[in-house]
Amino acid sequence: MAAVGIVFVSHSRRIAEGLVELAAQMAPSVALEAAGGTDEGGIGTSFEKVESAIRRADRGDGVLVIGDLGSAIMTAETAVELLDPAPASGVVVLDVPLVEGGVAAAVTAEGGGDLDAVVAAARSSAGGGTPPAAPSEPEASGPVTDTVVLTDPEGLHARPAAELVKLAGRFRSSVRVNDADGRSLLRILALGLRKGDTVRIEAAGPDARAAVDALRELLGSTSG
Amino acid sequence: MAALTTDWALAWVRGSAAVVGEHRAELSALDRAIGDGDHGENLDRGFKAVLAKLDGAQPGTPGAVLKLVATTLISTVGGASGPLLGTAYLKAAGAVGDATELDSAAVVALLTAARDGVVLRGKAAPGDKTMIDAWTPAVDAAAAAADAGEEPVAVLAAAADAAERGAVATEPLVAHKGRASYLGERAVGHRDPGAQSSALQLRAAAQAAVG
Repeated sequence: MAAVGIVFVSHSRRIAEGLVELAAQMAPSVALEAAGGTDEGGIGTSFEKVESAIRRADRGDGVLVIGDLGSAIMTAETAVELLDPAPASGVVVLDVPLVEGGVAAAVTAEGGGDLDAVVAAARSSAGGGTPPAAPSEPEASGPVTDTVVLTDPEGLHARPAAELVKLAGRFRSSVRVNDADGRSLLRILALGLRKGDTVRIEAAGPDARAAVDALRELLGSTSG
Repeated sequence: MAALTTDWALAWVRGSAAVVGEHRAELSALDRAIGDGDHGENLDRGFKAVLAKLDGAQPGTPGAVLKLVATTLISTVGGASGPLLGTAYLKAAGAVGDATELDSAAVVALLTAARDGVVLRGKAAPGDKTMIDAWTPAVDAAAAAADAGEEPVAVLAAAADAAERGAVATEPLVAHKGRASYLGERAVGHRDPGAQSSALQLRAAAQAAVG
């Protein structure tokens, strides 16, 4: 399985570690690494910590590095420039919201997305970018739609939303949930779905029927 | 003979370390007003580490000295000035290559590469109230002096003078980059600590050339 690694760079050790903890809940098999604080444990960024975190996160499929304040990004960019040897599969440094961007990237990596898809997911959290693109398959069949009433007492919170996004990513068809892109965790979370809400699932593509059935099953059985 | 040698580069670095140490509290006070208050301590820690490394290494060219400064600052200065100044010294090292003697044109190339490195890393423009506002006038003044046929010592003196004026000129500015940019109008009236420390380092370069 493709495994893009993700490095969280923060001025604070605890912020970086907290982000790893948060993202790991939704992306348990992704290499998530924290590089927070200075070498002495103070507030700042450490070149050595960033460098070694990138090396640990590099499992051959690329690494995404995201940072909090300007100097964290600068330290990361400098580290990437000086990495010797440079990871063959590429390292991308992004200045995006750490929590939203990191979680969106981690879920996409967990779903097997490549570095481009993980970068796109992180960017989508900033509001200006586009979510990971659906594969451009010819639409073999027209859209299939179905509705399901959400039964989870806690609504569609982060963990089941991540499950949904992962599941939607397994199909070749494009999937929309209440008109939101089923592959974008942030757009799904932004729906703010609660118990009792009616959810309309729409899929278009060669395996549209299977996609709709799978998502209906997931949402109907969600018990978070 | 006025070309600059490895001894000049070593004297520059030792001079920078000394002057940063002397002005540590002042630099942090400037940073406390519009940043996070650690610029003096961060830079002092970085240059002390440079001195410690110089004792063990024996860099044989000005470029090798600058490269040692670059890698040490990058890994020991915890704030933005680590990657910014580190990149400046790294690009400066690249610009002079393996040369053992630097003429006026080489000094201008060194300073230009350093300034371009800061711009590349920090993406600031002149007038953003950053260290660029010391480096850019320094580069312009150095180029003008070199064009006028001045020796390296005068080229560096012109650069240092311009950097000091540039640092003072950051006082009325609103910051558009770095931590100070969060303050908006409240940054007005305060000198940028990065511009100030850059001016100190360029003055050390000029003094090292005087001998």
